[in-house]
Amino acid sequence: MALINFLKPKNQLEEGGRTKAPVQGDAGEPEKNCPNCHKDIPLSRLWANDLVCPCGHHFRMKARQRIHMIADKDSFNELNSDMQSGNPLGFSGYKEKLETVRTVSGENEAVICGTAEIGRQSCCIFVMESYFMMGSMGSVVGEKITLLFEYATEHRLPVIGFTVSGGARMQEGLLSLMQMAKTSAAVKRHSDAGLLYIAVLTDPTTGGVTASFAMEADIILAEPGATVGFAGARVIEQTTKKALPKGFQTSEFVLEHGFVDGITRRSNQKKLLVELLKMHNGG
Amino acid sequence: MNVVPYERVKLARDSMRPTGLDYIRNIFKGFIEFHGDRRFADDPAIVGGIARLDGSPVTVIAIEKGHTAKERAQRNFGAPNPEGYRKALRLMKQAEKFGRPVICFIDTSGAYCGIGAEERGQGQAIAENLMEMTTLCVPVISILIGEGGSGGALALAVADRVWMLQNSVYSVISPEGCASILWKDSSFAPTAAANLKLTAEDAKALGVIERILSEKDMGKKEFYDRIRSLLTEEITGLSKDPDLITKRYDRFRRIGVDKVIKE
Repeated sequence: MALINFLKPKNQLEEGGRTKAPVQGDAGEPEKNCPNCHKDIPLSRLWANDLVCPCGHHFRMKARQRIHMIADKDSFNELNSDMQSGNPLGFSGYKEKLETVRTVSGENEAVICGTAEIGRQSCCIFVMESYFMMGSMGSVVGEKITLLFEYATEHRLPVIGFTVSGGARMQEGLLSLMQMAKTSAAVKRHSDAGLLYIAVLTDPTTGGVTASFAMEADIILAEPGATVGFAGARVIEQTTKKALPKGFQTSEFVLEHGFVDGITRRSNQKKLLVELLKMHNGG
Repeated sequence: MNVVPYERVKLARDSMRPTGLDYIRNIFKGFIEFHGDRRFADDPAIVGGIARLDGSPVTVIAIEKGHTAKERAQRNFGAPNPEGYRKALRLMKQAEKFGRPVICFIDTSGAYCGIGAEERGQGQAIAENLMEMTTLCVPVISILIGEGGSGGALALAVADRVWMLQNSVYSVISPEGCASILWKDSSFAPTAAANLKLTAEDAKALGVIERILSEKDMGKKEFYDRIRSLLTEEITGLSKDPDLITKRYDRFRRIGVDKVIKE
C-alpha cells in the first residue's frame, strides 16, 4: 500500500480537492507513510487527528482545512478570493503552470485571506497554501496580504497568519521581490496602530516570506518540526561546503536561537490563539 | 547599447566596476566609517558612516565587494551576514535621530547563505530592515551599482528613490539559481536571465526604479560629479516633502497592482 501511495502525486496522496475525510476502514483506504516513525497511517486516522501522526509528526495541511480547524464554525468570510496572476513578465511556461495548479489545488492563488471569529473574537486571518506552488509569493499573494493588513488596520482587528512558503515566486521576478517591501509596509502600519499580529510558521517557511511578514509579527509561533529558514539548505551546503548541523533550520532550531516565541502543536493551537487574543482584548 | 540580459549580468559582476567604497570616496567628502551592529559583530561586507554631500552631512551605507581577490575574500564577496543589515539599520536610525538623509549603494549577489547567518537570523534581519525603512522619517535614496541580489539587496532599497546603473541588474533570484530550479540545469542561465526581466530598463518599465544612470564615463570624475549633483538635487526636493512616508508607502504599494486579475 505504502509503495503505491508513494508513486502517486503528492496532491492526490493527501487531501487535494477532497472536501470530506475518507471513511475509516474503507477497503483500500489510502495510507500515508510517516517520515518520522516510518509507519503507514490510514488517512482517515490522520484526518481525525488534524493530520498529525500518533508519533507527533505534523503533516502539511491544506489552507482551507486549517481555517476549518482554527476559525469558529461558519465564521470565516473570505476576502479577495477572485484575484489571479496574469503572468506579468510573460515568463516562459508560467501561464500553463498556473492553470494546472489552479485545477489541482482548487485555489486561485497561494494564500487565503478573510475575517473570522476565533473563540468568538473577531480577527483577520490569512493562511498560505502549500499546494499552490509551495506557497510562493507573487503579486497576488503580496496584494492579498497587504489588503488584509490594511483592512485590519482600518477596522482595528488583530491579524493571525499561518505561513507556508518556498519564498518569492521566481516567475514574477522583481514584482515578487517588491511584495516583500509592500507587505512589510502594511504590517508596519498595522503595528504602529497598536494592533496585534500573530504569525504561526508552518512547514516550510523560507526565503522571501521568512525575510518579510513571517518574521515581523508581535508573537511568532511555529509548528513542531517545520522547516524555518531563509536560504535553502542545499544552497548553504554548496556555498559553505560544510555538513549542516542536525536539526538545522527547524522550528526547534530557530526557537533555540531566539527567533520564535514558542512551538505549538496543532492540537493546542486554537486554545492558545484564543487565549492570546483575549489577553490583547481582541486586538 | 543593446546587450542581451545575461551579458548584463556578467557586466554587473565585473570585478573592475567601481565598488561601494569607490562611490563613497569620489562622491562625498570627509567620510567617517562607523563599525559594528552593537549586537554581535562588524560585517565587512557592509560599509557605513557619515560624510558630506556638497557640504551637508549624510549617512552613507554601501555593500562592498572589493576589487582584488584578497579584498573580495575579506569582504565576503559582498554577501552580507545579518550583522551587516543590523549595522545598516542602526546607522539609518541614527540618521533619523539627527535628521540626515540616507544614501545606500547596493552591490550583492545576495545575503550570505551560511550556517551562522541562519543561526543569527538572516531572514529576521532583512525583515526588520524592510519594516523599519518603510517609516524612516528622513529621505532615503538607494542606487544599485552592480548586482541587486534579491532580499539581500532589497534590505537596503526600501527607499524614496531607487536608481540603477545602466548595466546593473536587480532580480529575485540569480539566473543560475532560477535555471537550476526550473530547468534543472544552470547552463540555462541566459534563458532564465531573459525571463526574469532583471535589467535596468526592465526595472524601470515595471515601476520598480525611477532612474537609470549612464555608464558612458564610469569611474571618471565626470561620472561621480554627475551622480553627486543628481543626489544633491533629489535630496533637496525630498527634504522639503511633508508626505515623505506616505509617498514611500504608496511607491511600494502600487507595484504590481495593475498586474493582478480579478475574475
